[in-house]
Amino acid sequence: MSKTLFDKVWDSHVVRKIEGGPDVFFIDRHFIHEVTSPVAFLGLKNRGLKVLYPERTFATADHNTPTINQHLPVQDPLSANQLKALEDNSNEHGISHWGLGHRKNGIVHVVGPENGITFPGATIVCGDSHTSTHGAFGAIAFGIGTSEVEMVLSTQCIMQPKPKKMRINVNGQLGKGVTPKDVALYIISQLTTSGATGYFVEYAGDVFENMTMEGRMTVCNLSIEMGARGGMIAPDETTFTYLKDKPLSLKGEAWDTAVAHWKTLRTDDDATFDKELTFSASDIEPMITYGTNPGMGIGISKHIPNAEAVEGGVATYKKSLDYMGYHENDSMIGKKVDYVFLGSCTNGRIEDFRAFASIVKGKKKAEHITAWLVPGSHEVEDQIKEEGILDVLTEAGFALRQPGCSACLAMNDDKVPAGKYAVSTSNRNFEGRQGPGSRTLLASPLVAAAAAVTGVVTDPRTLL
Amino acid sequence: MAYDKFNVLTSTAVPLPLENVDTDQIIPARFLKATKREGFGDNLFRDWRYNDDNTPKESFVLNNPIYSGKILVGGKNFGSGSSREHAAWAIYDYGFRCVVSSFFADIFRNNCLNIGVLPVQVSPEFSEQIFNAIYDDPNTEIVVDLQNQTITIAATGAQESFDINSYKKENMLNGFDDIDYLQNMKGEIETFANGLLL
Ligand code: SF4
Repeated sequence: MSKTLFDKVWDSHVVRKIEGGPDVFFIDRHFIHEVTSPVAFLGLKNRGLKVLYPERTFATADHNTPTINQHLPVQDPLSANQLKALEDNSNEHGISHWGLGHRKNGIVHVVGPENGITFPGATIVCGDSHTSTHGAFGAIAFGIGTSEVEMVLSTQCIMQPKPKKMRINVNGQLGKGVTPKDVALYIISQLTTSGATGYFVEYAGDVFENMTMEGRMTVCNLSIEMGARGGMIAPDETTFTYLKDKPLSLKGEAWDTAVAHWKTLRTDDDATFDKELTFSASDIEPMITYGTNPGMGIGISKHIPNAEAVEGGVATYKKSLDYMGYHENDSMIGKKVDYVFLGSCTNGRIEDFRAFASIVKGKKKAEHITAWLVPGSHEVEDQIKEEGILDVLTEAGFALRQPGCSACLAMNDDKVPAGKYAVSTSNRNFEGRQGPGSRTLLASPLVAAAAAVTGVVTDPRTLL
Repeated sequence: MAYDKFNVLTSTAVPLPLENVDTDQIIPARFLKATKREGFGDNLFRDWRYNDDNTPKESFVLNNPIYSGKILVGGKNFGSGSSREHAAWAIYDYGFRCVVSSFFADIFRNNCLNIGVLPVQVSPEFSEQIFNAIYDDPNTEIVVDLQNQTITIAATGAQESFDINSYKKENMLNGFDDIDYLQNMKGEIETFANGLLL
């Protein structure tokens, strides 16, 4: 029978099918971090259970870590307590732990791939919804809750009904200044934040085929923002080249055997999807959000739509614009910006810093802008230095912070103050996501850079 | 973490007719620093419920004494956003046992089922009827019958049935969770794992 890529990976991980219920689903790789794991370990303890396969779980501290002075003790006692819990729990159960200050520390969805923990055809979970990032490698990857973290620790399985399948095709040539982030924000704006709920998405078409792994990760990362369980892209030479010789990738003959298998992970020609959508690359321009969910995005040169023109309740829409301090029909170009955040598991990789630098090179940071440039990992940080990007940034008046989730969820001190506007390369613009009362405009690293040097929302194409 | 068995719940309900209520609103990230599962109910809808000086915002429904009960009725696409199970804990800890919406975000629905909060998905029309019934009379009771998979507005007798897979239903009726089930099939899991390439 013909199968999709998703079917092939899913079906090969079902341990048991329950009549009228979910599948018992085996998990190859499990990432944990300090925020969603402590209660799961507490659950294990209360039930007197052990970790079944500690070698399949990887711990990194990222959500709640400071992005300056990481060599000093963490000030906030609650945060310090969570970090200590992660370390103690990892040690007790024999789980590899890349804590604060460790060379390999960084955002879980950045360090996983860059160390070769992620691989094609794998099933990957983490107590963080942007686990979908790893789908870029042809893995089934999705976020889980703390109860499920406890299940994976104790049995390496979770109970999941198989989602429906959707394919999203984007074909053609992306225009100047249009990045993978824009492709994703465009798709979400077309589908809304619930348009893919209940589905697992496969991205196909030449736009994704021509993307780098970094770009594919950005796209798959944002799958969750249209409600999808996750998104994936068939592995190809780009994938294999990226993974080859990564620290934890297979080596020698084992690598060759694996690659031969991974090449079979493609959707069969006559396989069918529950839903299929096709978009044209030429319709996509640099995007920016104007509201309080990631579906409220428009091309940067467009005006904020009328309440009547959007799907969903008028009251909810107006509440959202009120929160942002915006009005229907406003142009986004020229809107005041106070903060710029480059980072997160969506856009905290080397390519994102290259893109940002390409705009700010030879210019100066606008004086009133506070900019937080936060690499996704130490490895990214090192690359920024090696490639001379740090010099470009410093010359333009920017400083680099230390790796972590930072202002993506503002659990640490990187909080945007109430009422202030932040152009962010992260993934969520919910009310208060970047600090109580903060107002977030989601965009690509190019748009963020353009705002950082001009101080207002600016079309990056005018600066390229 | 075992929880109370769920059978028939008869209760007044709290209306929250907003769409796309995301888990950052249900429980803001700054309250996720605990290493124990306690006290999350105090911070349920924190920023909608309290002013910066911690005084209650009168206009928010949880601060309105005329509405109370074990059922929360939300708008469409309830629980979108972050996978934090803390959102479901906060709802449970506050005292809700059931959330009604015309559409739930996936992970949130799963998280609820895992910790003993029943997500009941109804048609948009029925959701409308429930809101109207509550606004007409805040003391109106809603009856959620898990065994028969029905939700009823007591005053009018209007009823709709809802979906839940039979496995999760058994679990909730008995107060079991998935870990209990998985523990009983460890041998099968180990055999499966031994056959994997990686
Ligand atoms: S950067 Fe943001 S989305 Fe990514 S793992 Fe951290 S908190 Fe989650």
